[in-house]
Amino acid sequence: MKCCRQECDKEATVHLTEIVDGQMKKIDLCEDCAQEKGVTNPQGFALADLLLGLGASQELEEAAGPDLVCSTCGFTQADFKKSGRLGCPDCYTTFAEALDGMLKQMHKGVQHVGKAPKALKQVMDKSKKLEALRGQLEDAVAQENYELAAQVRDQIKELETEEAGTE
Amino acid sequence: MSDLHEFLEKSASKKPTEGPQDHVVLSSRVRLARNLGGRAFPGRARKAERAEMLEQIHPSVEVLSAMRGGFSGVMTNFKALDKQVLVERHLISREHAAKSAGSGLALNKDQSLSVMINEEDHIRMQALLPGLQLKQAWQKIDRVDTALEKKLDYAFDTQLGYLTACPTNLGTGIRVSAMVHLPGLVLQEQVNQIVQAVTKLGHAVRGLYGEGTEALGHIFQVSNQMTLGESEADIIERINKVVLQIIEHEANARQKMLTSKPEELYNHIGRALGILRHAHIVNSKEAMNQLSLLRLGVDLGLVPGKNKGELDELFILSQPAHLQKFVGEKLSGEERDVHRAELLRARLGNLKGLKLPD
Repeated sequence: MKCCRQECDKEATVHLTEIVDGQMKKIDLCEDCAQEKGVTNPQGFALADLLLGLGASQELEEAAGPDLVCSTCGFTQADFKKSGRLGCPDCYTTFAEALDGMLKQMHKGVQHVGKAPKALKQVMDKSKKLEALRGQLEDAVAQENYELAAQVRDQIKELETEEAGTE
Repeated sequence: MSDLHEFLEKSASKKPTEGPQDHVVLSSRVRLARNLGGRAFPGRARKAERAEMLEQIHPSVEVLSAMRGGFSGVMTNFKALDKQVLVERHLISREHAAKSAGSGLALNKDQSLSVMINEEDHIRMQALLPGLQLKQAWQKIDRVDTALEKKLDYAFDTQLGYLTACPTNLGTGIRVSAMVHLPGLVLQEQVNQIVQAVTKLGHAVRGLYGEGTEALGHIFQVSNQMTLGESEADIIERINKVVLQIIEHEANARQKMLTSKPEELYNHIGRALGILRHAHIVNSKEAMNQLSLLRLGVDLGLVPGKNKGELDELFILSQPAHLQKFVGEKLSGEERDVHRAELLRARLGNLKGLKLPD
């Protein structure tokens, strides 16, 4: 097995497996890369950093292809490989497909939970509420409970006009 | 205030050093990463762009009520030594200390809040409190963030949360960390097991000055790795639980040494006291390790006449940049070691021997 660092062609002798929240992550490195990445020193070792520097850029290249360029900042996949950082907030949209797998490995989930800017949070809460109400409406119709359906429909209308009004 | 040197001198005494569980937890820190929408991250932005963003962000930070009476400045105006002092106080990162044009800094009056502008992200803000106060640190920085979001247009995505230069900070952009003092576990040779267990839980354990640094003075930093898919409250709760566990293990290790091999423990602390009181050449690594052992002695009631606060202050003063500030001139490594020993003898010379339990 070859070392999983792209620029390295040596035989992998260090095989790492880490289980985080039931998800298994594997990495194969040659001795030099392992040393360089601090794998042999368990204190300084962070698998996320490793994944970011190694498998991640590979993944990005495969999915995005080397030609994809962010229209906002001109960032390319080669830049990511070099720095391990993205160029601007819009890069997350440009490279969305490629980043997805990497984020899944790196984080607990791929849907943000937690704080949001207040103005945005109101919009988010509203769309969540609307979604729930639409579900209720469908259920009510399916159950032929037209009285409830009419009520829910009115609530939806009210929320929607409120949304239009605030924009 | 615009003179960093003056500010650091004056504000040193305002900084509280005591906090809950400070026999093990030295400090709690919560850091948030934020960026402006549609603008290149600092690492990508050209110099002119960075300067422009700094001009936009800096005033918004300065006018916050939380920053009143604090310090604000641009990195180009700081001397290398002052930057190093800030790093030693954990007020800026080593990365930020390397920045100059287009980067800035704001500190509040008691140095519990620090806002770095154009570090890896446009804004990196932290609250740093003594002892185990992770929740309080979060509340403090959360308020600053909420006040700032009214003035600045943050890069935020409903799915990915706050967008950051490095994907490892994505989502909440939060890094919750506690600095823990674990001499008992180190002496009992149990610390590696703890480090491994914490790492397995998906958290990071690092040395005193962050990524890739040595665990000098038996001090470790425990922090979260994952930032997306979990709320701030949950992340803080998990780190808090881990730290409480570590405190328990450390307390057990100390107790075990006291009961099963007290001579060995007295020997470590007594030797530390001897070196600190009598040595004439002490490098910073030795100073930290011996002060750490003395702190353990103070905690166990074996060293009357000193409190932890004084030792923690000495710990900081022994760092290379602080020492040069203290002496008032630039010193070579060898000169520092002599001055450091002098400082330690002066501050600890009046200590008597260990007070052993009957």
